[in-house]
Amino acid sequence: MARMKFLCDADRCIECQACVTACKNEHEVPWGINRRRVVTINDGLPGERSVSMACMHCDDAPCAAVCPVDCFYTTADAVVLHSKDTCIGCGYCFYACPFGAPQYPRVGNFGTRGKMDKCTYCSGGPEADMTQAEYVKYGSNRLAEGKLPLCAEMCSTKSLLAGDGDIIADIYRERVVTRGYGSGAWGWRTAYGETISV
Amino acid sequence: MVHKLLKSAATLFAVVALFAFAAPPLAAQQVNPTESSVQEEQLMRALQSGEAVSGRITIPDARAGDLIKPDNKNWAATHGGTVKTVNVVAILGMLVLLVGFYMYRGKIRIESGPSGRTIQRFNAVERFAHWLLAATFIILALTGLNLLIGRAVILPIIGESAFGTLSAWGKIAHNYLAWPFMAALVIVFVAWVLHNIPNKTDIEWIKQGGGLFKKGVHPPAKKFNAGQKVIFWSVIIGGAALSFTGVMLLFPELAGTSAQWQLYQVIHAIVAGIMTAIIIAHIYIGSVGMEGAFDAMGSGQVDENWAKEHHALWVEEKQAREGSAAIKPAGGASPQPAE
Repeated sequence: MARMKFLCDADRCIECQACVTACKNEHEVPWGINRRRVVTINDGLPGERSVSMACMHCDDAPCAAVCPVDCFYTTADAVVLHSKDTCIGCGYCFYACPFGAPQYPRVGNFGTRGKMDKCTYCSGGPEADMTQAEYVKYGSNRLAEGKLPLCAEMCSTKSLLAGDGDIIADIYRERVVTRGYGSGAWGWRTAYGETISV
Repeated sequence: MVHKLLKSAATLFAVVALFAFAAPPLAAQQVNPTESSVQEEQLMRALQSGEAVSGRITIPDARAGDLIKPDNKNWAATHGGTVKTVNVVAILGMLVLLVGFYMYRGKIRIESGPSGRTIQRFNAVERFAHWLLAATFIILALTGLNLLIGRAVILPIIGESAFGTLSAWGKIAHNYLAWPFMAALVIVFVAWVLHNIPNKTDIEWIKQGGGLFKKGVHPPAKKFNAGQKVIFWSVIIGGAALSFTGVMLLFPELAGTSAQWQLYQVIHAIVAGIMTAIIIAHIYIGSVGMEGAFDAMGSGQVDENWAKEHHALWVEEKQAREGSAAIKPAGGASPQPAE
């Protein structure tokens, strides 16, 4: 089985926000929820880089560790998913996540956040694959259709890579060797305790 | 053909030579502007505790500007580590201590036996405040503990769906019952603070171990003995800490940064665990641990002999103030005039 990961090659990202828009459209994500976002580091300065970030589907996911109702699970493809039926909207996962991935439909005052929503790596939730019930809660299930996450698939500069961790690491390594530089595998050391050495 | 090639080579050489001589400073400056950039590794190495690698974001949620915040994992580890350990050790430890104490000392009896005559110890307002505080605390403690260890203890028994529903209701109960808890805390504080200021009698009471460990030992005490004062101040200080941090958790905007919210959460959970252990001891001594103690908060009327054994100075004060009316005869009815 593949170990699915995201990798944003920041040296290619042009901050077009198409991944953000594609994600919102593909999954009909409600207003205020951003499963994916683009953050620009050192904005306006020489050497600025933009990084597209969503759930990194960590090894030993801290969200799953703190969840009071244990609603997270890891699929055979190593994608971290959760059940909105079990989620109580306590907000713990947001505070445990190093990447700001968990999102809530409402502002958190008085414990009224609503059910947590986050990137599913385009692979739905616990409901049966490609059903309406799954789509309403989690969005489309492209993995079940044999496709990769849409954000990465439609990235115009192929900055955002999705797929098996070893394969996308090889692609990135080859790019760095060819062009002679790379700003790093953003988030990998935090999510997987490793980075891509070239 | 060869001549032409040689000619081209010569031209090329000339051009290269021209550049080589004419433009060495330019060549040195010709760096690839995209090559030097921020490096993930450098930024991560430079991070101080609590900091995040962050940048500009185009969505309204300013918190989303934090790209990577590795310290959030520390909070997660503390929650599943220290916080859980403190709670489990404090609560199980207290239960073990109390079972040991019960086996050693048994139920503490009224040594001179019940007299049948009673004295009013707590009035209706005091009892109402106490039971409001008690009932809300028990629900808050159980629903709070559920968030910490429920997934290990209750989830395997009742299943994911039922546990999700239970925890969702538990969260609502926790969020709303916090307010009557805080109200009761204020009433209890106002009602009893004057009786709980430490004084000389407490030193003697502590020296004699409160008479807890030996039969026939009854150090004098006023309305509250030193042990009860410890409970009172634990409840007031612990309750105030729980109230403050709890309100911060309910309103994350008030708490400030997520690091502050995390700190409040850790304090809240640790104080709650210690408070729960203290309250378990309080429940023990107020029920199965001591004969006659429950009446103080039940009917509000305690047996005269119980009062004299445990709160001798208080009985004297009360009799001095109210005379013989302080003590009601057996049956609890007021004295009937002779026929």
